[in-house]
Amino acid sequence: MLDYPTLKIIWWLLVGVLLVGFAIMDGHDMGVGTLLPFVGRNDVERRVVINTVGPHWDGNQVWFITGGGAIFAAWPLVYATAFSGFYWAMLIVLWALFFRPVGFDYRSKIANPAWRSTWDWGLFVGGAVPPLIFGVAFGNLFQGVPFQFDDHLVSTYTGSFWGLLNPFALLCGVVSTAMITFHGAIYLTHRTEGETQRRTLRATLIFGSLLLVTFSLAGFWLWQGIAGYAISSLIDPAALPNPLGKTVLRQNGAWLANYGKYPATIALPVIAYLGTLAAMLLATKGRTLAAFVASSLAIVGVIGTAGVSLFPFVMPSSTDLRSSLTVWDSVSSQLTLNIMLWATLIFMPLIIIYTGWAYKVMAGKVTAAYIRENEHGAY
Amino acid sequence: MISEQLVDLSRLQFAVTALYHFLFVPLTIGMTWILVIMESVYLLTGKTIYKDMTRFWGKLFGINFALGVTTGITMEFQFGTNWAYYSHYVGDIFGAPLAIEGLMAFFLESTFIGLFFFGWDRLSRKQHLLVTLLMAIGTNLSALWILIANGWMQNPVGAEFSYVTMRMEMVDFWAVVFNPDAQAKFVHTVSAGYVTGAMFVLAISSWYLLRGRDVEFAKKSFSIASAFGFASICSVIVLGDESGYTVGEAQQTKLAAMEAMWETEPAPAGFNLIAIPNEKAMKNDFAIEIPWVMGLLGTRSLDKQIPGIKEIKEKNRERIVNGMLAVVALDALRRNPDDAAMKTQLAAHQADLGFGLLLRKYVTDLAQVSPEIIQKAVDDTVPRVAPMFWSFRLMVGFGFLMLALFGTALWSSVKGNFVEQPWLQRWALWMLPIPWLSCELGWFVAEYGRQPWTIYGVLPTHLSVSTLSVSSLYGSLAGFVGFYTVLLIVEMYLMQKFAKQGPGSLGTGRYANETAHA
Repeated sequence: MLDYPTLKIIWWLLVGVLLVGFAIMDGHDMGVGTLLPFVGRNDVERRVVINTVGPHWDGNQVWFITGGGAIFAAWPLVYATAFSGFYWAMLIVLWALFFRPVGFDYRSKIANPAWRSTWDWGLFVGGAVPPLIFGVAFGNLFQGVPFQFDDHLVSTYTGSFWGLLNPFALLCGVVSTAMITFHGAIYLTHRTEGETQRRTLRATLIFGSLLLVTFSLAGFWLWQGIAGYAISSLIDPAALPNPLGKTVLRQNGAWLANYGKYPATIALPVIAYLGTLAAMLLATKGRTLAAFVASSLAIVGVIGTAGVSLFPFVMPSSTDLRSSLTVWDSVSSQLTLNIMLWATLIFMPLIIIYTGWAYKVMAGKVTAAYIRENEHGAY
Repeated sequence: MISEQLVDLSRLQFAVTALYHFLFVPLTIGMTWILVIMESVYLLTGKTIYKDMTRFWGKLFGINFALGVTTGITMEFQFGTNWAYYSHYVGDIFGAPLAIEGLMAFFLESTFIGLFFFGWDRLSRKQHLLVTLLMAIGTNLSALWILIANGWMQNPVGAEFSYVTMRMEMVDFWAVVFNPDAQAKFVHTVSAGYVTGAMFVLAISSWYLLRGRDVEFAKKSFSIASAFGFASICSVIVLGDESGYTVGEAQQTKLAAMEAMWETEPAPAGFNLIAIPNEKAMKNDFAIEIPWVMGLLGTRSLDKQIPGIKEIKEKNRERIVNGMLAVVALDALRRNPDDAAMKTQLAAHQADLGFGLLLRKYVTDLAQVSPEIIQKAVDDTVPRVAPMFWSFRLMVGFGFLMLALFGTALWSSVKGNFVEQPWLQRWALWMLPIPWLSCELGWFVAEYGRQPWTIYGVLPTHLSVSTLSVSSLYGSLAGFVGFYTVLLIVEMYLMQKFAKQGPGSLGTGRYANETAHA
């Protein structure tokens, strides 16, 4: 069995991998949902757009569910504190996600235009709202969240839902939505043709630019305007997790400290910029598959930047600093982390292989002719 | 102190969303295998009608599956949103099977379901059957891991409490996986799903037969459903008995409550066929008893006793009194982890810690515990008898009713005369809701029967909730009820529309009602 400190770091990385996997896989079909009412101007066009992800959205959504499960298993305190603290935000995400399975599966089963239009907007909500809220949640993590633990580690959240919607958090929400919509637009350029493809290409340029601008703004704000968190007591990475056993202070610029300490991590924001620019360029040149790889890298860069900036914090507390949750003191036992590592190492490669096969089987452009030939089978 | 109203509303929300989720799960579990059977026959015989059967029943399966996915996400969220202390306290054990379910099973199921629907023209016949098979395996593995998680709530093996981390921690993963409660639950639950799938196909096929429509299609579907359903209902009944037999304290308490056994009777105990339980007087006002049966079923022996409710409560009283000492020691250790005397005290009574925690429903400071409070906590340890007694009997009664139906259906199917037996078709049609009712009753017995615990003997339900406001709970509950009502109406509308239209909805030109399609 690996030693405890190593496992704690590995699990921080693995949660990152799962989040990035979620953003790349579920993200592109959420982006497709967000763009659906705008890039599809008639029923056939909309069905084309929906069917680019028709066979895949369900598998992709499991990234989200597995991500939730993995956080439950590896960081139970984070799962408990974040999900209950962000109660209404989580419920809004959940209720927005309700529109996806039924939207995809039920929309084209009835020919009535009002019915179809309702589900199209449902898919829009299911695509746009979750990334927005996740971005807002990240924005609040940087500012600290008002919660504290009692002696028995019962957490109490003292903020309100509306308090989450502050300017910095909303900016992070825009970063996240722009990133996901951009990625979805690139996927659509890869899988569609003609007029629809031209519209998605325009969306690529709009949301790519928006991502670059808002990502830069958020970075500047983080550097100049937000006091970060730092652990001020001695850290024993091998200790049994106890969030109340440390002291924490707030410092200007603390969120950028890791880039000084580990200069290699500067690569992450650089990848975010280069990936976005490359994806825009490649999409314009018609090299859409390469563009998709580039926008996936941009996602690695953006999420990686957020993660490294926060490290070792996962969920800092603004009202009781020592209650802050970090990668050292909010994790599962060594045994559980070890078992979950094995489970991930065994199953993740298999998942990637059969997901890849599924995309290969369904590869190629989705066309209006395909929709007409599969009137009853297609979404 | 946590308000009772918050606990009640959190429980209600969980019950509503879980029972609702389970309207869709059993049909998914059962239909995947029926689709595998139909498609295998297609591969073996090459007859197009079997492909059409796979596709048509697959279409109905898809309508159901969409809501299964939708409501499943709620379950994954809800431990965190509404049961935060539970999630912290047992996440080290309980989280693992949920995460492995995602990695091993749900990915498999969800990836291949896409190819099942859209891969017909892009895959060879063999490849497509493989896809359907993997989808079915994924679905069933998913049930396995979820029931391992649930089985651990009933019988928390392979874990120990740590006062440093203030939670239960896993010490033996394989004990959690091979928990006898979990294994018995798994086979019982998936078999119930198979029965649900079979009943669905049997009832709808019967409806076509009654109308004399798409007869060849309905006949073949009926035959497959009757054979699969008969095997499955036998398995449900035999393995359901096995899960009752599984030894364990949670099961003993449940058994006593669902049998309305107040006293420990000399072995072998009798079985109350019908009783009117009187909660206050702790006796049955009226009962029809069959001698010996309970002892034989419950212990597989003539001489082992089954403890009655009164005896269970007395044992629990001792454990609560012991548990108080553990809680006092734990409180002290949380303030000063180096207190050696308290460490010894906790170690001595740790096994009863959960029972001590039951008192926290009534007092924060255990110094204030009075005999009345202990009595209240003791009374809490056994769920109310009448709801358990009757739900269990209703579930079992439905089980035997379905056994009769599937037995008759299989018999006529072997003889090949069911097409001329409208009474059988009508019977099958009217039985359609029964498997769903039985599944919901079964879950009620399992979960209500575990009260007052979320983790039997370890963590009281009362302490498991998130510290939310009551108004938040009213809001979210109203939201769930609203969304779920609309979704159910939409789903039922589509389901009956396509079921009525029948295989004509495939647009192949081979069936009735072709023009009615969308």
